[in-house]
Amino acid sequence: MHPAHSIIIFTVTSGLGFGLLAFLGLGQPAVTGWSAFWYFALAYGLSVGGLVSSTFHLGNPQRAWRAFSQWRSSWLSREGVLAVATLAIMGIYAFCAVFMGQTLTVLGIIGAILALCTVFATSMIYAQMKTVPRWNHWSTPVLFMVLAVAGGALLTAHVLLAVILLAVAGFLQMFSWTRGDTALAQSGSDIGTATGLGVRGMVRAFEPPHTGNNYLLKEMVHKVGRKHAQKLRMLAFILMVLVPVLLLLIPGGWVIVALAFLVHLVGTLTQRWLFFAEAEHVVGLYYGKR
Amino acid sequence: MTTLPQTTGKKLGLVIDLDTCVGCHACVVSCKGWNTENYGAPLSDQDAYGSDPTGTFLNRVHSFEVQPETGPAQLIHFPKSCLHCEDAPCVTVCPTGASYKRQEDGIVLVNEDACIGCGLCAWACPYGAREMDAAAGVMKKCTLCVDRIYNENLPEDDRVPSCVRTCPAGARHFGDLGDENSDVSKLVAERGGMDLMPEQGTKPVNKYLPPRPKDVEPEFDILAPYLEPVATDQKGFLGWLDKALEKI
Amino acid sequence: MGQPKIDLSPKVSDEVRKTTCYMCACRCGINVHMKEGKVAYIEGNKDHPVNKGVLCAKGSAGIMQVNAPSRLQKPLKRVGERGKGEFEEISWEEAYDLAVEWLEPVHKKNPEKLAFFTGRDQSQSFTSFWAQGFGTPNYAAHGGFCSVNMAAGGIYTMGGAFWEFGQPDWDRTKLFMLFGVAEDHDSNPIKMGLGKLKERGAKVIGVNPIRSGYNAIADEWVGITPGTDGLFILSMVHLLFKAGKLDLNYLAQFTNAPAFIDEKDGPNKGLLLRDKDGKIIVKDRATGKAVAFDKKGVKPDLGATYKGARTVFQQMAEKYMSDEYAPENVAAATGIPAERIRAMAADLARVAFDEAFELDKEWTDFRGEKHTKMVGRPVSFHSMRGVSAHSNGFQTCRALHILQIILGTVEVPGGFRFKPPYPKPITAHPKPHYKVTPGAALDGPHLGYVHGPDDLCLKPDGSAARIDKAYTWENPMSAHGLMHMVISNAHAKDPYDIDVLFMYMANMSWNSSMNTGGVMKMLTDKDENGDYVIPKIIYSDAYSSEMVAFADLILPDTTYLERHDCISLLDRPICEAEGANDSIRWPVIEPDRDVKGFQSALCDLGARLGLKGFVNEDGSQKYKDYADYITNHERRPGVGPLIGFRGEDGKSEGRGAPNPNQLQQYIDNGGFYEIHVPDGADFYKPWNADYQDWAVKIGIYDAPQPYLFELYSEPMRRFQLAAEGHGDRQPPDHLRGRIGETMDPLPIWYAPFEDSRVDIEEFNVHALTQRPMAMYHSWGTQNAWLRQIHGRNPLFVPTKIWEANGFEDGDWASVTSAHGTIIVPVAHMAALNENTVWTWNAIGKRKGAWALKEDAPEATKGFLLNHLIHELLPENGDGMRWANSDPVTGQAAWFDLRVKIAKADAPADAMSHPNIEAQKSPVGVGPQDLEWKVGQ
Ligand SMILES: Nc1nc2c(c(=O)[nH]1)N[C@H]1C(S)=C(S)[C@@H](COP(=O)(O)OP(=O)(O)OC[C@H]3O[C@@H](n4cnc5c(=O)[nH]c(N)nc54)[C@H](O)[C@@H]3O)O[C@H]1N2
Ligand SMILES: Nc1nc2c(c(=O)[nH]1)N[C@H]1C(S)=C(S)[C@@H](COP(=O)(O)OP(=O)(O)OC[C@H]3O[C@@H](n4cnc5c(=O)[nH]c(N)nc54)[C@H](O)[C@@H]3O)O[C@H]1N2
Ligand code: SF4
Ligand code: SF4
Ligand code: SF4
Ligand code: SF4
Ligand code: SF4
Ligand SMILES: [Mo]
Repeated sequence: MHPAHSIIIFTVTSGLGFGLLAFLGLGQPAVTGWSAFWYFALAYGLSVGGLVSSTFHLGNPQRAWRAFSQWRSSWLSREGVLAVATLAIMGIYAFCAVFMGQTLTVLGIIGAILALCTVFATSMIYAQMKTVPRWNHWSTPVLFMVLAVAGGALLTAHVLLAVILLAVAGFLQMFSWTRGDTALAQSGSDIGTATGLGVRGMVRAFEPPHTGNNYLLKEMVHKVGRKHAQKLRMLAFILMVLVPVLLLLIPGGWVIVALAFLVHLVGTLTQRWLFFAEAEHVVGLYYGKR
Repeated sequence: MTTLPQTTGKKLGLVIDLDTCVGCHACVVSCKGWNTENYGAPLSDQDAYGSDPTGTFLNRVHSFEVQPETGPAQLIHFPKSCLHCEDAPCVTVCPTGASYKRQEDGIVLVNEDACIGCGLCAWACPYGAREMDAAAGVMKKCTLCVDRIYNENLPEDDRVPSCVRTCPAGARHFGDLGDENSDVSKLVAERGGMDLMPEQGTKPVNKYLPPRPKDVEPEFDILAPYLEPVATDQKGFLGWLDKALEKI
Repeated sequence: MGQPKIDLSPKVSDEVRKTTCYMCACRCGINVHMKEGKVAYIEGNKDHPVNKGVLCAKGSAGIMQVNAPSRLQKPLKRVGERGKGEFEEISWEEAYDLAVEWLEPVHKKNPEKLAFFTGRDQSQSFTSFWAQGFGTPNYAAHGGFCSVNMAAGGIYTMGGAFWEFGQPDWDRTKLFMLFGVAEDHDSNPIKMGLGKLKERGAKVIGVNPIRSGYNAIADEWVGITPGTDGLFILSMVHLLFKAGKLDLNYLAQFTNAPAFIDEKDGPNKGLLLRDKDGKIIVKDRATGKAVAFDKKGVKPDLGATYKGARTVFQQMAEKYMSDEYAPENVAAATGIPAERIRAMAADLARVAFDEAFELDKEWTDFRGEKHTKMVGRPVSFHSMRGVSAHSNGFQTCRALHILQIILGTVEVPGGFRFKPPYPKPITAHPKPHYKVTPGAALDGPHLGYVHGPDDLCLKPDGSAARIDKAYTWENPMSAHGLMHMVISNAHAKDPYDIDVLFMYMANMSWNSSMNTGGVMKMLTDKDENGDYVIPKIIYSDAYSSEMVAFADLILPDTTYLERHDCISLLDRPICEAEGANDSIRWPVIEPDRDVKGFQSALCDLGARLGLKGFVNEDGSQKYKDYADYITNHERRPGVGPLIGFRGEDGKSEGRGAPNPNQLQQYIDNGGFYEIHVPDGADFYKPWNADYQDWAVKIGIYDAPQPYLFELYSEPMRRFQLAAEGHGDRQPPDHLRGRIGETMDPLPIWYAPFEDSRVDIEEFNVHALTQRPMAMYHSWGTQNAWLRQIHGRNPLFVPTKIWEANGFEDGDWASVTSAHGTIIVPVAHMAALNENTVWTWNAIGKRKGAWALKEDAPEATKGFLLNHLIHELLPENGDGMRWANSDPVTGQAAWFDLRVKIAKADAPADAMSHPNIEAQKSPVGVGPQDLEWKVGQ
């Protein structure tokens, strides 16, 4: 799939933002006043910034409000609804915390659950895609969630939790990469089933339908070289998991945690780039590009 | 229109005969012409006269080579447009309700006024049947020429999709695949019409008729050659000729 | 939430205007839907006899053609050097003045110094009429480089040809064999026909080195070695003779098989025995008497002898039963296993004879014999340039017709059928005319059919009378002229120099020439005085093509929706086997530029030059414009360009006085006119009295002219006789041998000439081109929709060569012929003859042409194979460079090309080579984006 910057930024920052909101909703840390303000500003900055970024790839963003209507079937719609609900509820929660110095625990818990649901909904947008076998697996939402929570933990300096979650994320990531590499082959779809001609013999794409370019090729038939991908995976793993964990193991307080977060952020952006760039859409079968 | 209708009145769709399609692209361009002028935004083209021309098309003709276990390789021209799936994932993923499947005939359409151009439906379609128009920012797809097939401004025999009307080889058939007595259903039954990527669970309405067997070697019997010689030399031939002429 | 309400019955258009497509030469009927006076949508016309409603990709893309940014805007006069594309816009008056200034002295003093050649237009009866009026012998259209072998091979053998002159009986055929066709002129009808066969489950056999398009849907594919079809066909003929699977009755009645070949040495040796009236003699089986072939009741005997002479049939049996043609002996050369050849021959015999059927139709033959039934033999063939564009193409075409004829499947139900005005024997065609009189018209039509050496266009000193050397010993039966030799001959001043080169609608500096680089040089070469070797070039195009850059004066034409045209029975009509049809184009929109229909411009120019046929007695202009000509011109009394709505009241058809309302009546009738062939006259046309009478009635002939199919070709034999020293017109000595060998009156096969001129071990690969169905030569590229389908053309390479060179996707190769090297991108194809590479024709473009940006893929990656093909073969020991053409007709042998191929480094500029420098565009470049919608 085409690794669109807006979507990479959206999934990464909104994940972190909602992860942070979940911690704040659970009162971890239980902050009020200015410190609450800064925490919430960061959380809202990340989540709302991400959401705004996601509208950059829309063809008609002025109609984005319509996206709230189809929550009954659409994960994207659900994500929108959940995000707004989370932001609204946590808004009240934050308002009370910042300006009234009050922590509305029940509201916070609801907000935290909603925040995690939002991340889940985001991940399901991808995980539901049967057309992208690499994504179409339980590990996709789990990894998204774990990363969001790990990010929240990092941002709230729950060092031990962060170390554990990052480690879990690391294992999951390894698993998901390895599984993903054979997902298309295991999916049962190949050029033979795509064309229905597989029963006759070996099928090969001959000429493309047009020599000119098209939306499908640009959007869904992205290809990364194997060597390049291996390097990037290594880099993503080191930055997203390894370095942050090692940093967190150094006792050093805020500065180290902040550094760990920044490294983690860069790592996650790389990971997310790969998440899209390496994902093979079955439509590529028709173009002989798989 | 969040969800798919439980059932549809008809299952209108296309049957494409891979044994007959010569890959001429007539359907491709006719579709572009009709749908540029009709339903929704025009199908635009970018860098139309430049180095990287790109445009929106609702129907494209691929070509594949098949190497059977024995015999020479075969080439198959393969038109592809929306299959108007019964379990259309493109509809259920749509956050705005812009994508929907019509209750009355099963045609899958995009309501362009509601489409935000998020592209998710195109991701959900295994067949590459949806293309985002770069100029209008809305999702375009085969409409099954919904503005032709019921159009009272057209003569009755023209109320078929543009691509079907134009196909010079007659490789495209249009009809109700929900009615087992329709011509298209009979054709599908007779010729073993097939689904594309059935494992995706989309239940396409459109069907493809597979190419008939090719290069079937006739059995050769040494003892009874194909063409029994009547003579081996000129003299013998003239003898035969004499007799043969008698018989005329 | 309910589903949205949509308008299911939107208004389709304000008005439908019915005219004729011209995105190619197939000439389908179109419905042009108009909105607000603009073209909104184009679809096929369901009532039209050619396409019956269907339309191809090009036809549907017509809207992008009439609006193409490449359209020329105004007459142009060259200001820079030739080839650069630097022009100034001038008015039509200035353009005419300049043309008259150049042409008038030529017309007055030496008309042959004008060479007027037209491309793939459909007004040849008009343009040739103009050239006749001018008095130059130097006129032809493009047939010489296109498919003259196919046309002439058919007409010389059976008075009609595949191509536009005939078609398979798509409704009844059960076995159809297609030789060397990718697309052809009859684009839509062939597809419709194949569709009918498929619907009925009839069998299709595709004989083609490449298995794409029509051949891809063939039930059986014969991936033949290029240039060897003749051998394959004659091998099947061999088997059919040996097995006696021959339609003896048909051969005896309708062909010259029972005629006697004079075997006595002397000037008549090899000619057919004739009676006092010049009629062919046959022996009647009933009476044993030798009589004229057309005597009432005669039953010609195929096996008889007469005065020691044997019949054509016996000589055929002797020739074709020889071991030379045994399947085992042709298998290696053709690449077809002997068993497959046997199987196919058996299949042909089985379907022709065992699946024969009868139609209950009565008919009377030319001998007066009544038949109660028509016997159908459901085997048919079609063939085009894969056979035609080889140096053995004429003989191969003849061989294929012989195969059809011995199976008795021409003009019978289920077989191959002629389209009016065919059948038409060569005796019904004119002979070529070339007598020049300064200031006056030529003595007759330029092109025709020669019957022997006496008809050649030679000057008294034996040199060529025509600039293209048509109808000379080098290519005696060059019925369509040799447009591909005009520029090189004019440049070499051989046979003489010319003053004005006037061309119309042919991209001669690019894809329609062999040796493209060389031709560009010839067009720009200067002599020692600094003058161009070809002094003046006038060219008419509608678009900014490559050729435009090489002209001194451009007459900008309209597009096809902006002008009058007629597709006439005097020319290349749109008839079907069951109807004589013609059609028109008319301005469904008015041009928005200062352009003029070329034919109308010729009416103006003809008048200004005072040409015969273009001025009235008082010297005033005769035809105001082409519409006026179409309406009022009469070729013979009562016979004009159009057959419909003739007579002052518009009630006559075929013959009748001019009708001032004719064009409007055509428009009202959907743009065409149809006269149905009467029932019972629809088969056996060459011999069917009812057909002959009908043809006379509608003006196709002036008297019935039944004839025999010429299995044995006497005209060819006459040339051989000359080569053997008989007669007073004698070929030059160096040509005697070749004429003797190649002009065999019974079809033969010889290896393509290039094979004996280059080292075939070194140049071991055949290189071909094919027409893409969605692109018309060079001119589809300016179409924003079509160029997305075919914007680049890789060289397709078969598996064997692909693997031997270790090619991978994205690789480049150098491809070298005896003449040059190109460096091009490659792609793999498995369904391909293992010694053949190919590419799509005419996709490569020169930078700056067609209003494309200079970095368009057509100009950077696209390429022409033409750079590798030379109009002359390499010298090979005899000091001669023979033409790369068929020795009989002069047909350009595009497909004889042999190359060698090797992996190459990707060029540093990632462009295919050679890479010709850009030409300046007189029309700028097209817009960036398109959102085309007329009715907003
Ligand atoms: N390698 C290779 N070369 C080949 C062939 C091949 O098979 N292989 N095939 C050969 C054959 S058969 C042919 S026929 C030739 C074809 O070659 P050409 O006859 O040169 O064909 P086009 O490229 O279509 O060029 C025709 C010109 O007519 C112009 N034109 C189009 N419409 C109009 C109009 O309405 N009015 C006027 N005045 N001009 C118009 C176009 O702009 C273009 O410049 O190519 C030959 N060249
Ligand atoms: N869409 C479209 N239609 C066109 C044209 C166009 O440019 N575009 N051009 C028009 C013109 S001018 C012409 S002349 C016609 C030509 O129409 P076609 O005759 O179809 O010409 P080509 O496309 O050159 O195809 C020649 C075919 O012959 C095969 N071939 C080559 N050598 C041999 C051989 O030795 N034996 C056999 N059996 N096959 C061989 C090639 O593989 C190829 O498939 O098409 C006309 N129609
Ligand atoms: S128009 Fe018909 S024959 Fe041509 S590509 Fe489309 S389906 Fe195939
Ligand atoms: S083919 Fe694709 S776009 Fe069409 S209904 Fe099926 S899933 Fe949706
Ligand atoms: S692109 Fe339009 S139709 Fe497709 S999912 Fe998004 S809103 Fe729905
Ligand atoms: S049915 Fe209509 S919209 Fe669909 S592919 Fe055919 S022409 Fe295009
Ligand atoms: S075959 Fe196509 S381009 Fe040619 S006349 Fe017919 S519709 Fe037009
Ligand atoms: Mo041609």
